[in-house]
Amino acid sequence: MKASVGGYARATDLRHALDLLAQSDGMGRVLAGGQSLIAAMNMRLSTGDLLVDINQIAALKGVTLDGDRLRIGALTRHAEVATDPLIARHAPLLRRATDLIAHAAIRNRGTIGGAIAHADPAAEFPACALALDATIHVDGPDGPRDIPAADFFEGLFETTIQDGEILTAISLPIAEDGEWQVIHELARRSGDYALAGLCVVRRKAGHRIVCISVGSHPELVPDAMARMDAGDIDGAVVALRAAIDPPSDTQASAAYRRHLIGVLLQRAAADLNGEPQ
Amino acid sequence: MTMRFGNPDRPNSYIGKTVPRPNAGRLVQGRGRYVDDIVLPRMVHVVFVRSPYAHAKIKGIDASEALAVKGVLRVFTGADIATVCTPWVGVLAHLKGLKSPPEYAIAVDRAAWVGEPVAAVVASTRLAAEEAAALVDVDYDPLPEVTDMMTALDDATPVLHPDMGDNLAFERTHVEGDIDAAFASAHKVIEAHFKTGRHTGVTLEPRSILVDWNPGEGHMTAWHATQAPHMVQVVLAEHLGMPESRVRVICGDVGGSYGIKVHIYPDEVATAAIAKIMARPVKFIADRLESFTTDIHARDHEIWGRIAVAEDGEILAFDIDDWTAIGAYSVYPRTSAIEGNQVVNLCGGPYDFKNYRAKTTVVFQNKTPTSQYRAVGHPIAVTVTEGLVDMAAAALDMDPVAIRHRNLFADDAYPATSPAKMRFEGLSHHASLTKLVDLMDYDALRADQAAAKARGVVRGIGIASFIELTNPSPMMYGIGGARISAQDGCTVRMDPDGSIVAASSVTEQGQGTEAMLSQIVAEGVGVLPTQVRIVTGDTQSTPYGGGTWASRGAGIGGEAALQAAKALRNAILEVAGAMLQCPPDTLDIRDGAVVNMSDGADRMPLSELGRIVYFRGDTLPKGLPRELVQTRHYTPADYPFAFTNGVQASYVEVDTDTGHVKLLKHWCVEDCGRVINPQLVDEQIRGGIVQGLGAALFEELHYDAEGQLLNGSMADYLVPMAGEMPDMIIAHVETPTLESELGAKGAGEAGTAGAAAAVMNAINDALRPFGGEVTAMPFTPERVLRGLGKLQD
Ligand SMILES: Cc1cc2nc3c(=O)[nH]c(=O)nc-3n(C[C@H](O)[C@H](O)[C@H](O)COP(=O)(O)OP(=O)(O)OC[C@H]3O[C@@H](n4cnc5c(N)ncnc54)[C@H](O)[C@@H]3O)c2cc1C
Repeated sequence: MKASVGGYARATDLRHALDLLAQSDGMGRVLAGGQSLIAAMNMRLSTGDLLVDINQIAALKGVTLDGDRLRIGALTRHAEVATDPLIARHAPLLRRATDLIAHAAIRNRGTIGGAIAHADPAAEFPACALALDATIHVDGPDGPRDIPAADFFEGLFETTIQDGEILTAISLPIAEDGEWQVIHELARRSGDYALAGLCVVRRKAGHRIVCISVGSHPELVPDAMARMDAGDIDGAVVALRAAIDPPSDTQASAAYRRHLIGVLLQRAAADLNGEPQ
Repeated sequence: MTMRFGNPDRPNSYIGKTVPRPNAGRLVQGRGRYVDDIVLPRMVHVVFVRSPYAHAKIKGIDASEALAVKGVLRVFTGADIATVCTPWVGVLAHLKGLKSPPEYAIAVDRAAWVGEPVAAVVASTRLAAEEAAALVDVDYDPLPEVTDMMTALDDATPVLHPDMGDNLAFERTHVEGDIDAAFASAHKVIEAHFKTGRHTGVTLEPRSILVDWNPGEGHMTAWHATQAPHMVQVVLAEHLGMPESRVRVICGDVGGSYGIKVHIYPDEVATAAIAKIMARPVKFIADRLESFTTDIHARDHEIWGRIAVAEDGEILAFDIDDWTAIGAYSVYPRTSAIEGNQVVNLCGGPYDFKNYRAKTTVVFQNKTPTSQYRAVGHPIAVTVTEGLVDMAAAALDMDPVAIRHRNLFADDAYPATSPAKMRFEGLSHHASLTKLVDLMDYDALRADQAAAKARGVVRGIGIASFIELTNPSPMMYGIGGARISAQDGCTVRMDPDGSIVAASSVTEQGQGTEAMLSQIVAEGVGVLPTQVRIVTGDTQSTPYGGGTWASRGAGIGGEAALQAAKALRNAILEVAGAMLQCPPDTLDIRDGAVVNMSDGADRMPLSELGRIVYFRGDTLPKGLPRELVQTRHYTPADYPFAFTNGVQASYVEVDTDTGHVKLLKHWCVEDCGRVINPQLVDEQIRGGIVQGLGAALFEELHYDAEGQLLNGSMADYLVPMAGEMPDMIIAHVETPTLESELGAKGAGEAGTAGAAAAVMNAINDALRPFGGEVTAMPFTPERVLRGLGKLQD
């Protein structure tokens, strides 16, 4: 199908982008990597959008270390996340996740900001952001806001970003000494969205577990985390399977996904008992 | 002169060698010319409004809003198209009892599947036509739908086409020997229930057609991505009321076909009808999304199979009950009964056994029509046969290789006839299996499997023997009354510069037809392949013929090319003999020059001969024939089909906690007779295997009970991709057919025929120690886990 586009404008800086969105009568749509948006437009799931292209905005790019926090610009491409030395050192979960996201061509275009703003329950970065206890930075007509990941994801493709706002960056605490960050998933073909997956982060304060593809949006799983803190892996598996309400679709049933998530947690736990990373 | 294929040092020895593809450079430079690349003056675009219901009465169509969209020219209903285009019926006389109601290019008052065209919007751009199509207001009255195959014939199920009486499209039972006695006396009887997932062939280039009607000449030209230009010519002429001679079908570059593009599609015929009504060029390019509901589907089968074996492993009998559902209409003109019919013809095919019963039941339902897709029926028959053979081996505690050697037709048994009454001229099952076992180092692989098991890694080895139907004679379609040619022709001519042009009726779909023809013609005449230009895909400028399907291009079209090339060689040498004052049989043509047959000494370049013939013909003796254009045709006649054979093996690793299957390696040894171009044949086999692996692990179209397709996009319908493909080791045994001088049989479908069965057997080999088994394709992680009994709810 041919996409039906309402208009296109390339923003030169953040202010310009926000102005364009403000003038768009609610039809404005941020265009980042386009790897989700353009596909939706080509299927006419989204029509009449006034595209505001943010790709030229320098302020949205780059990865920086600020004390004990790592800040990742919204426009950082998946391929850059995969190779950035600061990310590899301080947030290895994100680097590992890039091995599981789509294919090289898509990773060259797709952005971390786009993935998090899009809030696909099957996407890796939203789950990672919550598992890492990231903060989402947005800017908008009413000025900048900082939103904890735990308050950011609201539902299926739904976040607390308001009309006219732009996600500018995420920031997260750098990994502690001896911190563990693992991601496990199963997809039918490499690069596909996972049938189910999970991120496990182990910090001094305790375990953080967030699942992929088994609910409407990324959420922490407190019961399973508490069992993990207590060293009760079997109990954690039971708690995790009980906590989720996965969908059934043409790829797998809810029962399969529930089974799978337990297997993945066992595998993550086996990793956690290996060498520190 | 007879060809000495056995001597690799013979002059002009191109047959049997990998020569470059003449069209490869053009295609990789982006200079391909597909239908969508063609733009004609006054051209318009058509987009179809498609039924969102599996079954519904069309009460009315209001196009007023659509017509108001800028750029929209016309909106056509089924009734509008029916004024210029007659409906068709997809039956063949030799498929006795096959029935199907008349099908219209655009549904007239009832839609019978989700995706059936119900109106057409014509606009100056595709975008405008799409926007308007969404605004066509169709008033539907939903009707009860038939979606479940196994209850389609129940009394409680509504009859889809009331005029037909019931939902049975076709039924055939074949019995040979004494089946009941064989099962009664057997040492072991194994029963199993198999399913092959409904899938479709996903072509890189979607279906495409551009039609221009020139009323001044009363002439229609269709640029069409098709496998069978002459068949399309016949159909357009018949249903749009024109003499065949007034329809020209041109088939340029085609981006993959796999059988998808050998059928007559309602929307494509409607495009031609609209061109005729509007008297201007009309283009239809199927969208990838609409392709999922409108390209033919295939392989939607459920099969109950039984095998009877003696204590020593002898196969005593097969008993097969095959069911398939084909959608709302039998596809025109090749029908939708061939696939089920093939299952009856092919089950047990590699084996020498006596007692056979096979039945196929073909029913209507409100889904996309099914028809021939690469390796028609073969993957189903091979899955059932080889699945049962492996289960029998396990029950007898026999090695899978041993049970096959025990039962395969002996390599010296030919000619032979199978219990399904298929006639084999010459096959090489044992030689192929022996070669396969060597190639995969079977014993070492079994040792690796055992070592892996000791590490807790679960692996399995699967083998699947198969036969493949190729080079069909008129017994396939012509006998049933269809104007589908089983013969092909080739015209070879020498131009003044000594270069050769060969026009062939077989078509290029991206598989390398033109490379194959260029090397045959080069060898037949005695020139370099680079001196040969190939013309295909034009009903006006090539000889008449069948095109590309049923693995026939090289075997049939190649033989016609060889004979035409040899005839041209003789014609050239007759002129050369007169010019050089020596008997023609003392001369030869090598590398584009006339030479002495005895010592190869150069006598005259062909360009010199061309100069004399075309520009100074006055210097040649007056009565000397100088016909440097020769045409030959070829039709297989001794056997209905040239069967080939082969055997595949798969090595897999199964994650018994998640059910995930990893393909570690794949092997295929096959016998397509004379190998003309080793690389092309190997890649045909590999590509075919990839599609078979898709069937085994990934591809399945899911419908809900209301007949809605649930996964009609590339995001949800999983095609096999490079990341999951294993290394594939390909080898050949060559048993040339004696029916033609070339000796080539088909190679296009062998890979697809056996790959899925080999994977199934490998998975089951891995699961067997755990008491697990899978028989419903594709083998998703969930199905494997359920096969292991690890998932109950
Ligand atoms: C074939 C395929 C396979 C894929 N597989 C995976 C996979 O396995 N895992 C995975 O995680 N992803 C996958 N993706 C999605 C890919 O990672 C996307 O790129 C990503 O999810 C969206 O990022 P983007 O920059 O392309 O966003 P876009 O497509 O440009 O935008 C997506 C949405 O987010 C909004 N948006 C984008 N940036 C901002 C911003 N800065 N502020 C506010 N709103 C914004 C847009 O308006 C739009 O609504 C796949 C994509 C494809 C095409």
